[in-house]
Parts: sequence; C-alpha cells; structure tokens
Amino acid sequence: METMISIKPLLAVLVSLLITPILVSSRAPNVREAWTFVAAVAKFLIVLSMLPTIMKGTEIVYTVAEFLPGAAIKFRVDALGMLFALVSSSLWIITSAYSIGYMRGLKEHSQTRYFVFFAFALSATVGVAFSANLLTMYLFYEMLSLATYPLVTHHQDHEARSSGRKYLLYIVGTSIGLALPAMLISYNLAGTLEFGKQGFLAGTASKPLIGLLLFMFLFGFAKAAIMPFHSWLPAAMVAPTPVSALLHAVAVVKVGVFSVVRVLTGVFGTDLLFSLDFGPVILLVASATILIGSFIALSQDGLKRLLAYSTIAQLSYIVLGVGLLSPKGITGGMVHIAMHAFGKITLFFCAGAIFVATGKKNISEMVGIGRRMPVTMAAFFIASLSIIGMPPCGGFVSKWYLVLGSLEAHQMPILYVLLFSSLLNAAYFMPIVYRAFFCRPEEAMFENTVQEAPPFCVVPLVITAVISVILLFYPQPFFNLASMMVQQITGT
Amino acid sequence: MSQQYPALLVIVPLLSALVISAAGWINKRLCFPIAVAALGVAAYSSIGLLLRVLDEGAIVYRLGGWDPPMGIAYYVDHLNGLVLAVVSVVAFLNLIASKKSIELELPDKTAPFYALYVLQVTGLLGIVATGDAFNLYVLLEITALSGYAMLAMGKDRAQLSTLNYLYMGTIGACFYLLGVGYLYIVTGSLNMVDIANILPSLYESKAVLGAFIICLVGVWVKMAFFPLHAWLPNAYTHGPSAASSLIAPLVTKVMIYVMIRLILTVFTPEFAFNILAISKPIVWLACIAIFMGAILALAERNLKKMLTYIIVAEVGYMVGGAWLGNRAGMTGAILHIVNDALMTLCAFLVVSNIAYKLKGYAFDDIKGLVRKMPFTMGALVIGALSIIGVPPTCGFFSKWYLISGAIQASQYAFMVALLFSSLVNVVLFFRVIEICYYEPFSDDGAHGHGPPSEPMAEAPLTMLVPLFIVAAGLVLVGIYTGDIVNKIIEFAIPQGIV
Amino acid sequence: MGDLIQIVVAKYNYWIYITLMMIGLYAMIAKNNLVKKIVGMNIFQTAIILFYVSTGAKRGATIPILEHGHGEHGAGAHVVHAVDYINPLPHVLMLTAIVVAVATLGVALALAIRVYNRYDTLEEDEILAKIREK
Repeated sequence: METMISIKPLLAVLVSLLITPILVSSRAPNVREAWTFVAAVAKFLIVLSMLPTIMKGTEIVYTVAEFLPGAAIKFRVDALGMLFALVSSSLWIITSAYSIGYMRGLKEHSQTRYFVFFAFALSATVGVAFSANLLTMYLFYEMLSLATYPLVTHHQDHEARSSGRKYLLYIVGTSIGLALPAMLISYNLAGTLEFGKQGFLAGTASKPLIGLLLFMFLFGFAKAAIMPFHSWLPAAMVAPTPVSALLHAVAVVKVGVFSVVRVLTGVFGTDLLFSLDFGPVILLVASATILIGSFIALSQDGLKRLLAYSTIAQLSYIVLGVGLLSPKGITGGMVHIAMHAFGKITLFFCAGAIFVATGKKNISEMVGIGRRMPVTMAAFFIASLSIIGMPPCGGFVSKWYLVLGSLEAHQMPILYVLLFSSLLNAAYFMPIVYRAFFCRPEEAMFENTVQEAPPFCVVPLVITAVISVILLFYPQPFFNLASMMVQQITGT
Repeated sequence: MSQQYPALLVIVPLLSALVISAAGWINKRLCFPIAVAALGVAAYSSIGLLLRVLDEGAIVYRLGGWDPPMGIAYYVDHLNGLVLAVVSVVAFLNLIASKKSIELELPDKTAPFYALYVLQVTGLLGIVATGDAFNLYVLLEITALSGYAMLAMGKDRAQLSTLNYLYMGTIGACFYLLGVGYLYIVTGSLNMVDIANILPSLYESKAVLGAFIICLVGVWVKMAFFPLHAWLPNAYTHGPSAASSLIAPLVTKVMIYVMIRLILTVFTPEFAFNILAISKPIVWLACIAIFMGAILALAERNLKKMLTYIIVAEVGYMVGGAWLGNRAGMTGAILHIVNDALMTLCAFLVVSNIAYKLKGYAFDDIKGLVRKMPFTMGALVIGALSIIGVPPTCGFFSKWYLISGAIQASQYAFMVALLFSSLVNVVLFFRVIEICYYEPFSDDGAHGHGPPSEPMAEAPLTMLVPLFIVAAGLVLVGIYTGDIVNKIIEFAIPQGIV
Repeated sequence: MGDLIQIVVAKYNYWIYITLMMIGLYAMIAKNNLVKKIVGMNIFQTAIILFYVSTGAKRGATIPILEHGHGEHGAGAHVVHAVDYINPLPHVLMLTAIVVAVATLGVALALAIRVYNRYDTLEEDEILAKIREK
C-alpha cells in the first residue's frame, strides 16, 4: 500500500471550523449563508481532489501531533473514509441550501448559532471519516456529540431540553462509559491504536476479553443506534428538520455506524472475528435491531419519528453487512452508507417541506397531501423505494449485495431477515404515499391547489431524489471505493 | 543570573511582600505593579529554571552557601521544575485577572491582600523548590497562614469557614512535622536526598513506617483527601474570588506534589510501593474520594461550591494515580497536577467574572447568563470539556494515563471511578450550560423563541484576557501532552517504576 | 506488666507528648467553644514542640558551645565529643516552629474575634443555628 503525505485531510476537516469566526461576526444573514456555502463547496472540492489519488490505491496520511507511540492525532484517507467523506460533504452543500429555505421559512431564532454548530458538526464528521486511529476517531466523535447538542436543543423549550439531556446521556454516556475504556484496554493490550488492515487485536487477548471489547465497542458508539441504545434518536427528532436530516440521517448516525465498521474491520479484523466466531453475535444484535426498529416504525404517527425508527433499522443493515464477514456482505454494508444517506435525507427533507408548507407533523394529517405538494410527495415516493430496496433506486444495489453476502456466508436466516424487513419497510412507507395521492376527494385534508414549500426547500429534495435514482445506474464511485476497501481487508 | 534562579524564585516574592505592605501606607496604587513585577520575575525564573533543568538535569542550590545537611538546599529536578513553572504562571495570570475583582470586593484592603497574595506564592514556590523536610514545614505554614488571612476577607460565613480550615490545616501541618521528627530521630538528617540515602538500611524500622504514615496523613489533610476534605468546600466558596481562584488551583495541587515527592524522593518508591503493602487500600480510598466528590457535587445548587467538590474528586484522581505504583499512573498524577491547576483556574476565573458582574453564582443567579457574558461562558465550556475529559483538551490526556495505569495495575475499581466521575462531570456541567444558555425558557408551544436578548455586560478585559489565555492553554497543553510527558515527566519518575 | 512500666518509664517523654497531643486533639474535636478549640490546637502544637525538644536532650550533656573554639587549630588539639553536648538542631528548629505556632494562634484568635463580632457568640452550635435561621 503506497502512502503519500498531504495536508489535505486536515484542510478538509478545518475548512468548516475556520469559517465559524466569520459566521459568528457576520450580522447579515446573506453574508453568513454565503460563507456557509463557500465552506461547504470548498470542503467538497478538497475531498473530491483526493479521490483520484485514493482510486489509484494510494493512501493519504497526515500526522498533526503524536502524544504516545501508536496514538497520535493522525489522519489517513483510505477508500472507506473517502466514501463516507464524499457522502457527508456533498450532502452538506444540499442541506445548507435546504436549511436556508427551512430556517427562513419558519423564521427560526438563533440562526447564527445554528449555522456555526452545523459547520462544527461537519468538521467532526469528516474528521471521523479520515481518522487513522481510534484516538483521533474518538476525539472527533466526541466533538460531534457536543457540536450537535445545541442543534438538538435548538428550540430551547422544555421538550427540546429534555431530549437534549437524553441525547447527551446516551451518546456521551456510552462513549465515556464503554468506548473510552475499551480503547484504553486495547491500547494496553496491543500498544497501538492505529487501524490495521486486519486489525491490531489479533493474538493479544483471550476470547472472553475480545468478546468483552467487542461488546463495549459495539454499544459504546451509541450513535449507531444499535438496540438497546437507540432511543436517543427518536428523542432527537425535536431538532429542526434540516438538523434531523443531515445529522440524524447522515452525519451523526452514520458516524456511529462508520465507527462500528471501522472498529470491526480496523481494530478486530474480520479474520479474528471469523476465527473466534463472533460474526453471528453481531448478526443477532443487528437483526434484532432491524426487525424491532421496523415494527416500532409501523406504529408511529409522527412522520419524523417514523423516519427515526426506520433509520435505526436501516443503520443496522450496515452493521449486519460487516457482521456477515463475507466480501460481498461487507461491500453491501459499506455501499449502504451512501445509498441510505441519499434516500433518508430526501425523506427528511420532504417531512420538513411539508412542515414548512402546511405545519403538519403527523401522518394522519397528511391525507391527500399529494395534490397539494406533488413534487415533494413524488420525491418521497422515490426515496421510500430506495429505502425499501426496490429498483429504480440506489437502495436496491446495497440490498442486493447484502443478500448476496448472506448467501455467500451461508447465513440463510439473515436472508429472511432482509426480505422480511423490506416487506416491513414497504408496509410503513407505502400507505403514506398511497393516502397522499389516492384518497377520495371527500377524505382529502387539503384544497386541491398546488402549493409547494419555498424553492430553497424543494430543489434540494428533488436533487437528492434524482441522485437516489442515478445511484442505481451509476453506483460506481461508491461501489468501487467499497470494493477497494474490501479487497484491502480480505486480500481478495 | 540564571545560577540564582532558585533563590530569586522565593526571595523576590518574599521581599516584595514586605515592600508591598510598606507601599500600601504610601499609595495603594503602587501595590499591584509591585506584585506583578515580583510574580513576573518568579514566573520568568521558574521557566528559565525548567529550561535549565531540561538541559542539564537536576540542580542543587545551597542557600547562603551552606552545605547540607547543615544548610538548606533547594533541589530542582524535572518534577518540581514543572510544578514550579505551573505554580508561578497560574499565580501570575490570576494576579492580573484579580485586579478588578479585588478593587470591587475589597476596596480598602488591596494592599494587605496583595502582600498576602505574594506571600502565599512565595510559600508555594518554596514548598516545591525546597529539598529540606523541615523547611518544607515552615513554608507550608507560610502558605497556610497567608491563605487563611486571604480567605477570611470574604463575606458572610468566610471567617467561620476559614477558622475550620485553620484547625484542620494546623492539624495537617503538625502531623507532617511529627513525621519529620521521627525521620530526624532515625536518620539524623533533614535533607531529603540525604534521608533517602540513609533510609534503605532502616526500611524495617517501625519508626520509619510511623513517620511515613504520619507525614502522609498530614499531607492528606492539607490536600483535602476524602474523608479529610470537610474544610475545603466552605472555605473556598466563601473566600473572595481572587483568593479562591489562587488557592483552589494551587494549594491542593502543591500538596499532591509534596506527597509524590515523599514517595519518590524521601521514602523512595521501593519502600512506598513494595515494602509497605498499602497501595491497594489507598487506591480504594481514592476511588471512594472520587465517588463521594462527584456525588456531593451533584447535590450542589451553587456553581462555586460545586467546583469545590469537583476539586475533592480530582484530588482522588491524583492520589489514586500516584499510588497505582506504576509509571503510567504516576505520569497521569503528575500530568494531572499541571492540567488540574489550569482547569481549576479556568473554572474559578469564570466564577470571579460572574461574581464581578452579578450578585451571586448560585444556579438561580446565572440563568440566561450567556446573553450577558458570552465570552466568559465560552471559556467555561472549554474548562468544562477539560474537566469532563474530552479530547483534545488536556484533561483527557491525564485521564488517559490514569486509566492506563489502572488497567496495568489491574485496579479496575479505579478505572470505573474515573469513568463515573467523568460522566457525573458531564451531568454537572451540562446542567450549568443548560441553565446559562437556555433559561429562562418559554414554553409557548412548539417554537420557544427564547427570551428577548439582554444587552451584553462582559467582565473587563483585564479579567477576560487571562481567562482566554488559560482556556487556550487547556487546549495547547492537551496537544503538546506528548512533549510534556516525553521531555519532562519521563525524567521526573525514577527508572525503578515501570 | 513490668515490661510495660519499663517501656513507659524509659520513654516517658514520648508518653507525655502523646498524652498532650490527644488532649489537644480532643479539645479541637469535642469542644463547642471556638476559643477552647484554639486552645486545644495550641496544646497540640506544643506537644509536638516538646517532642522535638526532648529528642535533642541528653542526660549530663551541656549546651553546644565550644569553650576554646577559637585559636586552637591543631589537629586533635581539642577533640569534640558529640556525646557531651545537647543536639542543638531540634531546638533551633523549634524556635521556628514556636514562631509558626504563635502566628497561627494570632490568626486564629483574630478570626474568632471576627466571628464573635458577627454572631455575638463563640459557641459553634449557636452560630450554626444563626446561620440556618437566615
């Protein structure tokens, strides 16, 4: 594996941090939002400029400060990190546009604070993506937890504050209580924290200890919302919708699963997990989360809460993919990071657009909304197809690979879990779409005139929906990155 | 000039304390510049001294040219070089920050206050620099007496709280003196290095054991190690802001230094860790201290008092770390002396800024404070992150070493205690942050739009700038932890400890 | 029993100082009056001073001043037998310790006066009751 040293990863992380002073000091909203765009585009371009290098199989490395041997603040851009950074930085641009429409549409207060912490959160997300070791990852993981707290509690009312408390309790509680000691124990066992191609824990500890560490890491990164540490996610839905969209469908939760995937592949190594037979344990936890999450989603009336439970279930697809420990399964899991991101963010954008245009939050109040907001609901339909995993959407690709992976790993039960879960997904999404478009006129709750949300809200969700479709026909950027990573891990 | 640093360090502040009290008779406005100059010289020489130690290794300085064991030697190595630098820098920054708050809180006592302040710093620097066990006692009492006087200048219950502190402080110092007496009987020497050379033949002696235990208990009283902590919260809470923000970061930390010095130099690690089988119980005690400190802090509804209980918990961190008996734990304890001094200073400076602008610092008084004092609250957030132990602030890295030490020593209870305390700190500080940022909140349906904005009323720049320096320091020390550990602390711990 | 008495008698100075220390400690903990506590504190300190002084003392020895210290420089001209002299160092140290003790006493009494002015009493329980009333 070739490596080259470049400051680009650091720049990609810092670019959104550097604009925060400008954001704080700028009084005019236009100036502030223009700068947000500049940073978002700059970040995306920096990430993009590293793509050719990565595709050639070279890794980009940059060390900021070393404080212990093997435990430095260090960046390493590899295929998996690239995949994640690409997803999150491209979606930041779109979300920025959407935020402007949403926040101005609702005349929200403290918009400066909102944009500042959004920028912080993105720095942290890209930081996690490019981390070369557990310490750096933990650093940015915690930074993300703290940066999103003001976003979750944005409304400052009683509900927001109690949700904020729950959010911190789950996220910071598990990271300090489980992930931190697990990291320290690993360091004392192996003398390093540097992610390896086949992990660094192999041969350092007994099976029970490895099992304990696996448990601590799996649940320690509670942003992955693996049950039973999932209930912060529905609670955090009190945040403004763009926050829910980017952070709770893309950045925060994906940082959680990304961390879990990184730890499973880079700390334990798939060979170690396979030889100690820990794959089924991961599969069991992930399958349980998928099924229970989907069932709870069925019973939800609040649209955002439904999406939250759907997210909980979908996140575990990614963990499940890695837990299969077969090349195709891992590929499917990694690609699902991207596919789910584009699909789920569209759904959240739709929920937000509905709220901006009509003030409605509950599904029972959305009968006939398809006539009022046809574009939004069409996008909603496409995105829900992607989540269900049906063509013509990108979600099909990742789910297909997960199914292949489960066959490859001879895990027939997992195949059934995947299929059944798709059925459940359809069961909670399709009625919404159906009743939005095909209700009887007397049932409709809206007048029969087209009145969409502001263009700043609608255009982004159309873009993400279109991308979801394109990803079926052209999944190569993400797919190639994932296969490269899998090749490095499994050596095949 | 640089040869005289160890003497300058102590003598300049000592003499200037006299000068300040004299100058107070002539013109009160002279006092502050003199104090600044004196502590500036102290800070300069302590940093110079640290750099020299890094170059040349340990320095022995004989006061007045008398050789030990007759004369008093000042002995500066990597360990106290580091602590000296921290003490003098913290004292200097706090002095700058305290000017306005002293003028407000003690308008007619500025001259005596500055004299006592400088005297206190003299004592602290002396304790750290001295290589003589009895000299240490005298300096201990100089520190304590000037501390009593400063704390007693506070309002309300300050005098009573200080009197309680005085009882306990005196008992602590007397115990230490008694322990030194036994040591003197068996070794005939008061010089620390000398004692350490004589002791190995006497390890079995009951008197040495007694001396060690008695010294240790004395030092514990002085550092407020649970359950000997009862004097600390009230005394620190009721004192004037400037006094508590000097005493809270430094006195307990310097006492930890004394304990580490007793273990490492006077009684030797061999004796403390191997011959005496008391490491485990002491680490357990430290765990209890951490738990109790955290729980007692939870019960407080007053920012300053809450911070004092956090100090009690932090003392547990350091005592436990030092007694883990391995290199990582000791590194963590020494690193935490540095970090905790800065963290506590940051938190207490915030409190004095609040006290400067508001009538109090109870939770009810600080509602919605962020709109009034955004910069102060920003610094509090950084301080809080460091106390919680979030990277890249320095608090994370000392906790890292402490937990590593706990794992290596198989003292998992200590690890659990540290994690528990981190979690409680999260609760403590986010409660404060919530109150400062989100209260008074409105519950008008789904969209609370917050209260109307209040005009900003920040503390003056002389208070803000030192606070920012400290807050930035928290992050910088965190980032340069590697250098501090590899270049300084690594040499401060004897090779025998692995 | 005989042994015990021998131990007590042989090291009577230790026993005296320990007794004094305990009296002082008792007063500090158990007494309700702030000034009595201060008195206890002083007894405690004095006990330790006594301990130091007694360790330096020797039976039949004299003060450590060389009578013909000046002028005779020849080797062995005047051999000093340490046994003949009291060890001066503990006594010198205690001069400092006494100063410290006096200073502490002064500060403590000053604080007690301030407390008295504020609460019109020196009984701790009454003071605490007054604080609670507020």
